[in-house]
Amino acid sequence: MSLAPAAAADLIRQTFGIEPRVEDRLVTVPLAREQWPDFGRFARETLGCLYLNFLSAIDWKAEGIEVICRVENLATGVAVMMRTKLGAGELRCPTLVDVWAGANWMEREAFDMFGLTFDGHPDLRRLLLGDNWELGPPLRKDFVDSGHVPYR
Amino acid sequence: MAVARTTVEVGYGGGERLMMNMGPQHPSSHGVFRAILTLEGETVVAVDAVIGYLHRCHEKLGETLTYVQYPTIASKTDYVAAMTSELAYVLAVEKIAKFEVPKRARYLRVIAAELQRIASHCLWLGTWCMDMGGALGGGATVFLYTIREREDVLDLFESLTGARLLYGFHQVGGTRYDIPPGWDAKVRATLDHIEQRLHEYEAMLEDNAFFLVRTQGVGTISQTLAQEVGVSGPLARGSGLQWDLRKAEPYSSYEDFEFRIPVETAGDCFARYRVRMVEFRESIKIVRDALAGLPDGPISSRPGVKSVGQVRVPKGEGYSRVEGARGEVGCYIVADGSPKPYRMKWRGASFSNLAVLPHILPGCKVADVVAIMGSIDPVFGEVDR
Repeated sequence: MSLAPAAAADLIRQTFGIEPRVEDRLVTVPLAREQWPDFGRFARETLGCLYLNFLSAIDWKAEGIEVICRVENLATGVAVMMRTKLGAGELRCPTLVDVWAGANWMEREAFDMFGLTFDGHPDLRRLLLGDNWELGPPLRKDFVDSGHVPYR
Repeated sequence: MAVARTTVEVGYGGGERLMMNMGPQHPSSHGVFRAILTLEGETVVAVDAVIGYLHRCHEKLGETLTYVQYPTIASKTDYVAAMTSELAYVLAVEKIAKFEVPKRARYLRVIAAELQRIASHCLWLGTWCMDMGGALGGGATVFLYTIREREDVLDLFESLTGARLLYGFHQVGGTRYDIPPGWDAKVRATLDHIEQRLHEYEAMLEDNAFFLVRTQGVGTISQTLAQEVGVSGPLARGSGLQWDLRKAEPYSSYEDFEFRIPVETAGDCFARYRVRMVEFRESIKIVRDALAGLPDGPISSRPGVKSVGQVRVPKGEGYSRVEGARGEVGCYIVADGSPKPYRMKWRGASFSNLAVLPHILPGCKVADVVAIMGSIDPVFGEVDR
């Protein structure tokens, strides 16, 4: 299906009742956590976003962690940025592995870096950090590093 | 006295399984990478890829270094093609802060990026052929030739930036160095040499029956699999995807240049090889055109920016990506108005390309693993970041 970004935004509005933000070819969609996997399937099947750019997270301190995922339809150029705020102290998010195979490693990386648990992930274990890492998830804002300054 | 040994019976008729560690120190992985292969005879039935040996947490480093400091560090993610990751970072910052980049700087960036692609592909071709070893008439032959060419390109970078591997060429707002006198003539001479020699490599390889047997029909990636794993660059184009960011989303004046995007449909190692061989020539063409049309003018809209905090970036966020030698190298930055990013995410091309490995290895022979790994061309600095 070939859709222009504006048409894709309309379809998202009708189907999910969300107001997306359109910026050039990028459609940014703020989602509730429960909508996350359903919207993923919708983006893949209906919007044709087969290509997975990346999946990661942002720690907004008191507001909690936000998971972001950028996918793209290479034929039409429509890109969708899915975002969901998990809420303060919340560390569970549904998985997208069954929608995009590439989410496997990216969710494992987010598990490593943010301590997030992706429900339904078939193989959630450390990817980049060593098994002996004990300082906690390094990309969380409450992470206290060793104090080493990499420059003078 | 008899020495007690545990023996593993490998039944070639199948049935018995053997776990084999390939790596972390294996010459064919071009870095520190461990593949735990489950074998049935010579056939791979399962693979667990272990990465992270080179993890330096670049995303955390990005949060602790300012916009002025980080570009030189960015080159350390993909150290084989350092120019591209620097470019991805500065483009993201310029996008958020809406900095102008002078036309001359944009052309210089194109020249650097394309020379870097040539240098990177030289290393890929040589090491890949060496991995496949004895079958190619001594194995190291092609490697020595391509390293010779790569050295020529690194010499050019050395006279441009003073460094051979990690350049610090890009800075927010432009480039740090202008080309020295006589450099363009040297570039043209080097490109002429390389272009001439590409025919030699092709003749050496494509007339070699062993090379064809080891690459054709091996490690096939389907178009759908490539997309849903996020495979980009020559791998995606080898699988029939007409997808190149230089055309799809032109940055840094790529729209000014005429070039072709090679696409192969087979999706195997040989298709990826063909794509890269054409890319060599297209890059040579782009560099020549860029040198011929290099405009005069300043090389940076923010010259002399050296100290911390001189680059003011307002609140905002942006994702910028470039077509590196290995595919989509992206940088996603969340800026909070301070001199450092609030969050920086690297999208490494090698990371996503390597993630396809567990999908395509089962069913291959052990020897094919080496050919497939080489054709993916991962750089572990970028995989692990």
